[in-house]
Amino acid sequence: MPLKRERADIGREKLQRIIEMCRSVEERSLDPFLIDVNDVIATIREFFPEWEIPEDLCLDAETIRHIASVIKLQSEWVKHRSTSLYTDPFLLEEKIRRLEKGEIVKSFLYAWHPVVELEQISLHSLAEAIKYWESLLPLKERWKEIAPQGIETSKATRKELIEQKILLDKAFSEELENFWRELKGRTAEKGEDGKIRYWDFITAETYEETAHRAFMTSFLVTYGYATLEIHPLEEEIFIKPYEKPPAKPSKKQLMSVPIAISIEEWLKHKGEPTK
Amino acid sequence: MSKRKAYYASKMKRAVHMLFYRRHKKPGVKGWELRKALGADYPKVLKILDDYLKSLDLQVKTVFEEEKFKENPTLEDLDKARFYVTLRGELTPKEAKMIGWRIDDLAGLAITVAYIISKRGKVPRKEVEELLRDKLPGWKVDINIDRYIRYGYLTQDENEQLYLDWRTRAEVDQKALIDMLLSE
Repeated sequence: MPLKRERADIGREKLQRIIEMCRSVEERSLDPFLIDVNDVIATIREFFPEWEIPEDLCLDAETIRHIASVIKLQSEWVKHRSTSLYTDPFLLEEKIRRLEKGEIVKSFLYAWHPVVELEQISLHSLAEAIKYWESLLPLKERWKEIAPQGIETSKATRKELIEQKILLDKAFSEELENFWRELKGRTAEKGEDGKIRYWDFITAETYEETAHRAFMTSFLVTYGYATLEIHPLEEEIFIKPYEKPPAKPSKKQLMSVPIAISIEEWLKHKGEPTK
Repeated sequence: MSKRKAYYASKMKRAVHMLFYRRHKKPGVKGWELRKALGADYPKVLKILDDYLKSLDLQVKTVFEEEKFKENPTLEDLDKARFYVTLRGELTPKEAKMIGWRIDDLAGLAITVAYIISKRGKVPRKEVEELLRDKLPGWKVDINIDRYIRYGYLTQDENEQLYLDWRTRAEVDQKALIDMLLSE
C-alpha cells in the first residue's frame, strides 16, 4: 500500500512537470518540438492506472489538454515553415543588425503602403453643427435642470440612527441576555424537562419578528446560553436553556444546524392556514 | 452618359466618401457596411474604383478576417473583410519624412515588424527592446514601441507579448518586406 501511494506521488509530480513544460512553450513561444510528445504520452499512460480520486483524474485530463495545445503549436510551426513567409529568425536578426538605418528604411518603404485618410469639414457638416448650436439650451438653463437640491447638514441624533437601523437601541449582548431570560421563563412556563419546542419559542405575530427571534436564538446556542436537541425521527427540535452561561467559549467542535424559516412553516406553527 | 454608367458613377462617389473619410475609431469600412450603403454589387463598385485610383497611385486594399489573402473570396468573406484606400506604389524617404516619420522611427518599425514576422507573429516585448537598443538610444526604445502600438501597427497582451496589429496587416506587404531585407 505505501508503495502504491509513493508511486502515485511520483506520477503526480511528473504530470505537474509536464504541465509546466507545456505552459512555458505556450506562453514564451518556445519551439514546440522541444517537447517529445511520444515520451510524454508514455508517461501519462504509465501512471493512468494509479489514478482513483477525481483530483488525480482531473490532473491527468489537464495534462492531456496541454499536450493537445502543444501538438497544435507543432502543426502551426510546420505550416509556417512551409509558407513563403518563413525566414530563419537568426538569419533575419543577423541581417537586421548588420543593415544601416537607411537600407532598412528603403526596404520598408518598398513594402509599405500607408492608408489614406482625410479629415475635412464640409458645408453640410457646418450647417448641421449650426442647427445643433441653435437648438442647444444655454448652460445656465441646462445646469438649472440637473442642479442637485441643496441639503442642509446637521448632527444625527441617536434616535434617528436607531430609526435608520444604523444603531441598535440596546447593546447586542444586553438584548441577547434579555432574550435568554425570556427563553428560561417560557421554558419554565410552557416547556417540559427544562426544554421547549423550537418553533413554539420563536413563532411570533409577524413573520419578520419570527425571523428575528430565530436569528437571536442562533446566537444563544452559538454563545453557549442554550443548546438544541434534535429528534430526527419525530422531526422535532427542542431548545434547552442553560441556567448559567459558560464563562469561557467552548473549545468543542461546533456543528451548524440549518433550519429553514419559511413563511409556510411560520403560518403552520402560528395556526393559520397556508396559502 | 448611359444609365448604367451614371449608376456606377454615383455608387463610386458614395464608396469614395466612405473609404476616404474615417467613420469609426479605426479607418476603413467593413464589407457589410458597404453592402448596406451601395447594394449587393459593391464588389463591382470597388473594382471600378480601384481601376480609377490606379492612375492616382492609390488602391482599394482588402484585409480578410483570417489575415490571409484569398484568391477567390466568397461574398461572406468580403462582408467580413475590411476595406481601405492605400498607396499603390512606394514613398521615397523624403516623402515619408513629410508625412511625419523620422528615419529612426521608421527603421525601428521596420525592424520590429520583420522580427515579429520571423518569429511567427509573437515576440516578447523585451526581445524587441533589446534588438532596437542596438541602434536606438535606450530612452527612445520604449517611447517608439508604445507609439507603434498606439498607431495600430502592433498590439501587446497582458504577458507583454507583441503581435502585429490591424495597420500592419492593411499597410505592409509582409512577404515583400522580408524578401527585401534578405536581399539587401
